[in-house]
Formats: sequence, structure tokens, C-alpha cells
Amino acid sequence: MNLDRPLIEVSQLEAWYGRRRILHGVDFNVHAGEIRVIMGGSGSGKSTLLRHLLGLHRPRSGTIRLLGADIGHASEAEMLAVRKQIGVSFQGGALLTSMSVGDNVALPLRELTSLDENTIRIMSRLKLEVVNLGGFQDLMPAQLSGGMIKRAALARAIVMDPKLLFFDEPSAGLDPVVSAELDELILRLRDALRMTIVVVTHELESAFKIADTITVLDQGEILMTDSVDKVRRADNERIQDLLNRRPRETPVDADAYLRRLTEEHAPPA
Amino acid sequence: MAAVLSALESLGRATLQSLAGIGHAAMLLGESIGFAVTGWRRGQPVRLASVFEQMRQIGVDALPITAMLALVIGIMLGIQFVAALSEFGAQSQVIIAVAKSVTREFGALITAILVAGRSGSALAARIGSMNVSQEVDALAVIGVDPVRYLAAPALFAMLIMLPMLTIFANAIAILGAAMYSAPALNVTPAAYIAQTLALITPGDIGQGLAKSVVFAILIALIGISTGFSVSGGAEGVGRATTRSVVLSICYIIVADMVFSFFLNR
Repeated sequence: MNLDRPLIEVSQLEAWYGRRRILHGVDFNVHAGEIRVIMGGSGSGKSTLLRHLLGLHRPRSGTIRLLGADIGHASEAEMLAVRKQIGVSFQGGALLTSMSVGDNVALPLRELTSLDENTIRIMSRLKLEVVNLGGFQDLMPAQLSGGMIKRAALARAIVMDPKLLFFDEPSAGLDPVVSAELDELILRLRDALRMTIVVVTHELESAFKIADTITVLDQGEILMTDSVDKVRRADNERIQDLLNRRPRETPVDADAYLRRLTEEHAPPA
Repeated sequence: MAAVLSALESLGRATLQSLAGIGHAAMLLGESIGFAVTGWRRGQPVRLASVFEQMRQIGVDALPITAMLALVIGIMLGIQFVAALSEFGAQSQVIIAVAKSVTREFGALITAILVAGRSGSALAARIGSMNVSQEVDALAVIGVDPVRYLAAPALFAMLIMLPMLTIFANAIAILGAAMYSAPALNVTPAAYIAQTLALITPGDIGQGLAKSVVFAILIALIGISTGFSVSGGAEGVGRATTRSVVLSICYIIVADMVFSFFLNR
């Protein structure tokens, strides 16, 4: 594969939920070795963008290329080949609650490789050690704390040594110390395992700490994609609102407001 | 006018939704068979271990309750037929009446309703809560197709175990009928059962089994597809569970009627 070619190439991606447009013509590239943070407030479309990147939704229009494969039109075999090279850590961890932590981490190896059981056990314990959960393989997910669940989910995401790692809201619901530890872990993974990492978050502190480049998403549009410093100094008002935790000033349209109060089928704001 | 329009609109929407539901279930069936046949080659095998695990949950674990219900149904049929047939002196027909109604009808029906309540709902709840907590998404992005991992084993286990449970229920129900009717008819229970075996034909048992295969497909597909379509958190899971039981039992009874009609013409 061409080294200069971005691992993720998104062009003119549009997404709709029913009649509501969530993403407007999004263009987005991530290069190998980069830690890219996708930042944006609630409802900015960042979760939708992530679901499209993971191939959980097919794009209405536009293309998404992951590791060179067009995942909107990939065959089942091509899609499987891509999925073997990506790892995903979901916001709530999404560990299978019916299995122990060790079995959860071993699941991708058991289902997608033909390694023998001993190798699988060692490899999954190795990855649990990487996320500082050594010795926890026999616990059930319900017995873990929030931070441990995230780390276990991370261990499962990296057990196949993916080229590309997606991380949805690593610090959501965690205390500052645990979330700082998780940030360190993400940086270490990139340096030690040379992964390309895409993190979706709305936590500014963690975003600035781990990001090489930041993409700011607002109301379904990309406001800017640049280095941390340039994003901090950006003169775009909406970016500064986000950075300085200023409440958004939405202009009030009196007519539309009255219609929403009085009519059944008025369009949402 | 507006009221008529909105009624028509909601009728249209409900029709579309139920058609989409049937389409989804058919797709699940097709994909599951596809994974069973070509899954190994495509790197998406349906694991025998998980089929066996589902067979245990759906079949073996249901043995005690099935036995109890079948026994009670058998006794009940014995009581009814002895009472009804002795009114016009036809006690001798009790054995064949019980044998045919159990093997053709009650064995399959009672087992299916029981399994719909036990396992159909469990499937909907399990897959539904996995859907809500993003576990289904996690499987998909790992590269494990949720249909082959969650749906196919349950479907095949159901297809194997429901007919087996039906045969088991047939036997127990006839035993139950023998327990009550044999003394009432002045024969020994052994003679009652020997008489039953002489009277029933493979066709009678086949009729019940054919039905139970259809019931198995209905229960599994309804449970799985309502599970996969859950949205809206814990409440959604609860609603899906209820919905799967109610829908399964309705479809089972209607399918039973249709089957009985065509098989007994």
C-alpha cells in the first residue's frame, strides 16, 4: 500500500436520520501514525460520523475509504479483511456481559484466527497486561468499575494488533485521574504499537493532551481540521464557544417558535 | 377529513412496518442458512458448541416443565374424553381419541407455546439488551456477524429441539391419559399404552412434528428479529420481550389452524 495514502479517506459524506440531515458533505482524512481527535458538542454529528467510519451505517452519499477499501461498496470478504485491521472501543465498553473479561478479550482471536487455545490465552493476557488489567481475566464485566471496563474494552480492541484504533469517548463517566491514565495509555499505544488512532470526545483537556490533529465538528459540518495549537488559536466563533465553554447563542425566530408551540407538525428548530 | 387521513396514514405505516418485519425475519432465516452452508468458507462459521449450548437452554432445560404440563394435559384429555364419550357409550374410542388429539395437535401446540414463553422471550430479551448496550455493534466491528453468532445457533437449536420436545410431550401426555383413563376403562395402563401404540400411525406423529418445525421457525425468528429491532433502552427490551411472546403465540395458533385444515382434508 502506498505509504502516503491516508488510512481513512472520507469525501462528501452525507448522513440523514429520516428527514433530518446529520452530516453535510464531510471531508476527512487521517494519515498513518496520527492521533486524530474528533471534537464537537452533543448533537454535532460526531457519533454518526464514527458509526459511518465503522461501517455500521452505509453512507447515503459520498465515499468512505478505510485502509484503501471503499466500505460503502465493499464485498463481505473485503469488509472482513478491513475489520480484522481495525479495533474499536465503544463508549460503554460493550463487553459481552455473558462472558468473562478474558473471554471477551480473546473473542476476536477465537472467532477470526485459527490459533491454538494456549496462544490465544497468552495473547489475550498480554493485552490485558498492556492496559494494566493483568490477572483480571476471570472476572465478569459486571464486577468491573467504569474505568476497568473501558480498559478491558481497549484490550479487546487491540488484541488483533489493529492498524487503526477507534475510541469513542474515552473519558466519559470517569474521574479525572482514571481518564488521565487512559490518555497516557492511548499515547503509549501509538508509540509502542504504532497504531493510528481516532478518538471521538468532547473533553477538551484530554483532546489537547493526546491529539496530533483535531477535527472540530459542529452541526454536521467540519469547522476545521488542524494541529492542536492552530485549533486553540482559531478565530472561528463556534470553535471558541466550544473551547471556552460558552453557551451557544441561538437566534430566536419568533414565527417558527410560535408555530412549534401551536402546531402539531412544525419542523424542529 | 383530517381524522380519516391520519387513520389511513397510521394504517399504512403499520402495514409497512409489519411487511418490513416479515422481510427482516425472512432475511434472518436466509442469512442463517447461508452461514450454516457456506460460513466455514467465508470465515464466519456457525459454531457447533454454541448450537449445543442453545440446545441445552431451549431443550434440555425445558424438560421438567414440559413433562409436567404434558402430563397434566394428558390427564385432562383423559377426563374429558371419558366423560364425553361415555355419554353415548363409546368409551372404547377414548384411547384413539386421546392418541390422535395428542400426537396431531396438543403435543406440538403445548410444547410450542411453552417454548415461546420460555425461550422466544429469552432470545428477544438477550439480543435486545445486547443491542441496547452496543454489544451487537461491537460484534459487527470485530468482524463477527451478529446473525451467525447470535441468531443462527438459536435458530438451529430451536429447529432440532422443538420437535424432540414435542415427541417427549406426546409420550408423557399419553402416559398421563393412561394414568387416569385406564382405571376408568377397566384396562391396565400397560394395555392402554399398547393399544395406543397399535392405533397411532406414523402420519399422526408426522403431522405433529411437521407443525413443530414450523413453530420452531416462527418462535426463533420472531424472538430474534424483535430482539434485533429493539431501541429505547430498558423499556424497549421489556416491550420487545412481551411482543415476541404475544406475536409467537398468535402466529403459532394461526399456523396450527392452517396446518390442521390442509393436513386433514
